[in-house]
Amino acid sequence: MSALFILVGISIMIAGSFLAAFLWSVKNGQYDDDYTPSVRMLFDDNKIPEKPSTSSKKITQTKK
Amino acid sequence: MQVEKFYYDNRTVKNFAYATMIWGGVGMLVGLWAALELVFPQLNFIQYAGFGRIRPLHTNAVIFAFVGNGIFMGVYYSLQRLCKARMYSDKLSKIHFWGWQLIIVAAAITLPLGLTQGAEYAELIWPIDIAITIIWVVFGWNMFGTIIQRREKHLYVAIWFYIATFVTVAVLHIVRSGQLPYSWLESYSWYSGVQDALVQWWYGHNAVAFFLTTPYLGLMYYFLPKAANRPVYSYKLSIIHFWSLIFLYIWAGPHHLLYTALPNWAQSLGIVFSVMLIFPSWGGMINGLLTLRGAWDRVRDDVILKFMVVAVTAYGMATFEGPMLSLKSVSAISHYTDWIIAHVHVGALGWNGMLTFGVLYWLMPRIFNTTLYSKKLASYHFWLATLGILFYAIPMYWAGIQQSLMWKQFTEAGQLKYTFLETVTYMKPFYAMRSLGGTLYLAGVFFMFYNIYKTVKQGKLVANEEAEAAPFVKEYAKHKGEHWHRVIERRPIQMMLLSLFVILIGGLIEMVPTFLIKSNVPTISSVKPYTPLELQGRDIYVREGCYLCHSQMIRPFRSETERYGEYSKAGEFVYDHPFQWGSKRTGPDLAREGTGNLKKSDGWHFRHFREPSSMSEGSVMPSYAFLITQNLDTSNTGAKIRAMRTLGVPYAKGYDQQANQDLMAQANSVRINLKIEGIEVPANREVIALIAYIQRMGKDITKSETPTSNR
Repeated sequence: MSALFILVGISIMIAGSFLAAFLWSVKNGQYDDDYTPSVRMLFDDNKIPEKPSTSSKKITQTKK
Repeated sequence: MQVEKFYYDNRTVKNFAYATMIWGGVGMLVGLWAALELVFPQLNFIQYAGFGRIRPLHTNAVIFAFVGNGIFMGVYYSLQRLCKARMYSDKLSKIHFWGWQLIIVAAAITLPLGLTQGAEYAELIWPIDIAITIIWVVFGWNMFGTIIQRREKHLYVAIWFYIATFVTVAVLHIVRSGQLPYSWLESYSWYSGVQDALVQWWYGHNAVAFFLTTPYLGLMYYFLPKAANRPVYSYKLSIIHFWSLIFLYIWAGPHHLLYTALPNWAQSLGIVFSVMLIFPSWGGMINGLLTLRGAWDRVRDDVILKFMVVAVTAYGMATFEGPMLSLKSVSAISHYTDWIIAHVHVGALGWNGMLTFGVLYWLMPRIFNTTLYSKKLASYHFWLATLGILFYAIPMYWAGIQQSLMWKQFTEAGQLKYTFLETVTYMKPFYAMRSLGGTLYLAGVFFMFYNIYKTVKQGKLVANEEAEAAPFVKEYAKHKGEHWHRVIERRPIQMMLLSLFVILIGGLIEMVPTFLIKSNVPTISSVKPYTPLELQGRDIYVREGCYLCHSQMIRPFRSETERYGEYSKAGEFVYDHPFQWGSKRTGPDLAREGTGNLKKSDGWHFRHFREPSSMSEGSVMPSYAFLITQNLDTSNTGAKIRAMRTLGVPYAKGYDQQANQDLMAQANSVRINLKIEGIEVPANREVIALIAYIQRMGKDITKSETPTSNR
C-alpha cells in the first residue's frame, strides 16, 4: 500500500502548508480585528474617500 | 497619504460569466440526454453519444466548465474589490480565460471519441492534463500577483478560500494525473488496483471539496453579504470554519471505498474525518443563513437572496448527508445505488447551481451599469430550479433505497428474491421522473439566458470601473546589505508556494517510481497479467466507460457473494492500470463475470453486445453493435506491453515483439467458439477482444485457494 504513504505524505504537506499560512496570518495581524472586515467589504462598490488602513499598530507610516 | 486611482477589470468577469452560462447550458443538456438514455436505450444511436462516453462529458462539463468558469467569474470580480486593486495582469487574465475555454473544447471533442483515462472526473487525457496544469498556474500567478499588489492589508476570508482552492487543486491534479503515456493521446495510470483506487478517491473527494466547495464558500462569503447588504453573521466563525474545514477535508477520501479491498484502517481514517467534517460544514451554512437574521422579510421580495438561501440550505443538507453516508452501515445500503446520484445533485444543482445563478443575477446588472431586466422572470427561474431539484432528488432517493433493498432481499428459502434485471426495470419510472426534474431545471436556465440577454442589451459594459484607495504601506523598508533570504521571508505566500512546489517535485520524482513499481509484486500467486488480446479488450472496456455502470468490486455481504461470487481481494487487481472498480451499479457487478455461475458463452456475449435487450429483456444497456464492425487496432500492442512492463507488470523481456502473434491466436480461438454457436465474425474485430477480457474476469482467483497477504 505504498500509495498510502504518498497520499498521507502529500496530505500532511498540504496540511503543513496550511498550518504555515495560518501561523503567518495570525502573526501578521490578519485576525487582530475580527469584526470590521465584514462590514468594510460592503462599502467598496462605489468610489469612496480615503479611509485609514487597518487597526494594526505595526504599520509605520513612513513615506519616502 | 495620497489616494490612488485605479480601474477594476470587468471585461474578464463578463467573459467568464458568459462562459459559465453557455457551458452550464451545454453540460446540463448533455446530462439530460444521458438521463433519458437510461429510460430510452435507443437514444444511444451512435457510439459518440453512448452513455459511457457522454456521462464523463456531462460530469466534466458541469464541474470544470460550468462551476469552473463560475469560480473564475466570482474570483475575478470579488478579488479585485477585496484587494482594492486591478487584476495583476490583463495579459494573464486573457490567457487564463481563453486557455480554459480551449481546454473545455478539447474535452468536448476527446470524450465522445472515447479518449479517456478511465477514472471518474479525471477522464481527460494526458496532453489536456498538462494544459490544465499550465492554465491553473496562470490563474494562480494572476491571483497572487493581485494579492501582493493589494491596497488593503487585511485578507478577507473569501480570499483565504480562494488560496486554499488554488494550492490544493494543483496538488490533487498533479498526483491524479500520474500517467505513463504510450502514445500521443493515450496513457496508463501509474498506479494499479487498490493503489489506483485510493489515489482516485483521494482525488475524487477532494475535487468535490476544493473545486465545488471551498471556492464557492469564498463566493458565498462575498456575494451573500453583498446581496443582503449586511455583514456576515460572525466573522470569527468564518475564520474558524475556514481553517478547520481545509484541515479536515483532505483525509475524507477513503469513505468512497468502504467495504472494498482497501485496508480497514484506511477506511476507518476516512470515516472519522468525514464525520468530523459536519462541524466546519455546518459552521459555514449557519454563518450564511444567519447573515439574514432579522432580514428574512427581504428574502420574500429579493429573488437573488432566494437563490442564495436555497443554495446554502442545499449545502447544509448535502454536508449533513455526506458524513451519514460515510458511516459503514449506511454505506452498505447506499453505495453503488442512485442514492449517491441524488446526493451529488443536491450539491451540484442546489449549492453550486443556485449560488451561481444568484451571483449572475447580482453581478451582471452591476458590470453593465443597469438593473435586472425582469425580476419576475428571475422568480420563475427560481421556482423552476427549486422544483427541478425536488423532482430530481426525491425519485432518486426513493430509487436508490428501493434498489438496494431489492438487491439484498432473500426469500424464505434463503435465495435471492430478485434478479438484477428485475431491479433495473423497476428503476425506469424513477429515471423518467428524474429526467423531468432535470428538464424543469434546464428550462429555468433558459429563462435566465433570456433575462441576462435583455439586461445586457439595455446596459453598457463598464469595462474599466473606476475606484480609489489609499496605498498599502509595507511594514518593512529594505535596508542595505540585508541577507537575500529576507526578501522571501517578507513574502510568506510566495514562500509557501515555493516550498510546496519544491517538496512536491522532489517527492514525486523520488517516491513514485521506486515505491509504486516495486509494490506491484503480486500477492496472489495465481493472478497473472492479461494476455495481449485481453489487454486490448480491457482498453475497449475503459474507452466505452463501462465502469460508469458496472462495478468490479464485490463487497463481503451475503447478498453480494450469493449474486456475484467470492468477494474481491486486493491482490486480484495488481495488474489493473487503471483500476475499474466503478462506483455505481446501473448494471450488475462484473468482477467474476468470466467464472462460476455467472459465466456465459462467447456467443451470449456477442449477441448481448449487439443488442442487449435480445438477451436480457428490458435491459437499459446501450447496443455495442459497432464493435462488431470496427477492426481492432493492433499496431499499438507492442507499445502497450512495453508501458505495462515499465509499470512493473511481469511480461517477459521482448514479449512486445511476440504479443500480436499471441493476440491473433487467441482471437482465432474466440472466433471458432463463435462459429460453433453459429456466429460468423472475423477474428480482427473489437468485439472479440472485449469478449476475451470479459471471459477473463475473476478467473485467476478460482484457480487456487492461495490466501491473500494484503487484507
